[in-house]
Amino acid sequence: MSTVDLSPGTKLPTVEIAPVTRTMLALFAGFSGDHNPIHIDIDFAKKAGMDDVFAHGMVSMGYLARVAATWVPQERIRNLRGRFTSRTPVGGAPVVTGVVREHTVVNGERRAEIDVVVTLAGGPQTIVGTVTVALD
Amino acid sequence: MIDKKYIGMKSGPHVLDLERGRVRSYSKILGFTDPVYFDVPAAKAAGYPDLLVPPTFLFGLEIETDDIYSFFRTAGVDLGEVLHGEEEFIYHRPLFAGDTVTLETTITDLYEKKNGQLEFIVRHTVATRNHEKVVEMKSITVVNHR
Repeated sequence: MSTVDLSPGTKLPTVEIAPVTRTMLALFAGFSGDHNPIHIDIDFAKKAGMDDVFAHGMVSMGYLARVAATWVPQERIRNLRGRFTSRTPVGGAPVVTGVVREHTVVNGERRAEIDVVVTLAGGPQTIVGTVTVALD
Repeated sequence: MIDKKYIGMKSGPHVLDLERGRVRSYSKILGFTDPVYFDVPAAKAAGYPDLLVPPTFLFGLEIETDDIYSFFRTAGVDLGEVLHGEEEFIYHRPLFAGDTVTLETTITDLYEKKNGQLEFIVRHTVATRNHEKVVEMKSITVVNHR
C-alpha cells in the first residue's frame, strides 16, 4: 500500500461511489444479514409511509470503511464511528471525504483522528463521523 | 413506548463461523477489490491466516444472529419506524475467514426525545475469539413515531 499523508490538516482524496441500485440493496441485505424489508421490499416501504425503499445506513458506512482501508492497512483502523444524518435513496451516489484533524497518543500508540463525511452527490450529508487509525 | 425493563437485557452468547463465501460476497458488493478479501493465497502472502474480513462485516451478522427484529416486534416496535441512528466499531484484532467469534449484546439504554416521538435503543455488542475481545459495536437505533 502506498503511503497516504496523514499529517494534521490533510484532506484525503474524495471518493465517489456509484449510485445505489435496488439490486445492490437486495444483495447487500442478503450478504450482510440485515434483512430489514424497508431496504428491499417496496410494498413494505410504502405501507410504512415511504415512497420507496432506501439504503441501509451500513451501505454507506461499508463504503466509508472500504475507503478508510485505502488510507492505512485495515488492521491499523482502531475505530470507525458515525451518525446517520440523511437517508440514501435508490439512485443516491455516496461521496466519501475525510480530513485529518489531529494526532493523539493512546496507550503509547500514535494515532490520527480523521473527520469523515459521506454525502450524496448533489445532496445532503448521510454520515458524519470519525475514523481513528494507528500511525505506525 | 418500549418498556424500560429491557435495559440491561443481554442476548447471546451467539457463536458465529466467519465463512469464506460470505466474506467474498460481502466484500464484493461493497466494492472491495484487494485480493486479500477474496483470494486465500493472496491473503496468506500478505501474512494473514485466511481471507481478511472487512471492517463492517460483523454488524449485519449480529442482526441476523441476534434476530433483533424479533425483539423489536416483541417490544412493540414497528420496523417501518426504525432508523439507524449511530454506529461505532472499536477494533481490537483483525478477523479472518475461518474464525469462530462469539457475540454478546446488551441493551445498555432506552430513552426518548421530543416527548416520546423519538425513541432511542442503545446496544453494545462484544465479539470475542478464543475468549479474546476482537471487535465491539455500539449501536443507536432510532424509532421515529412520525
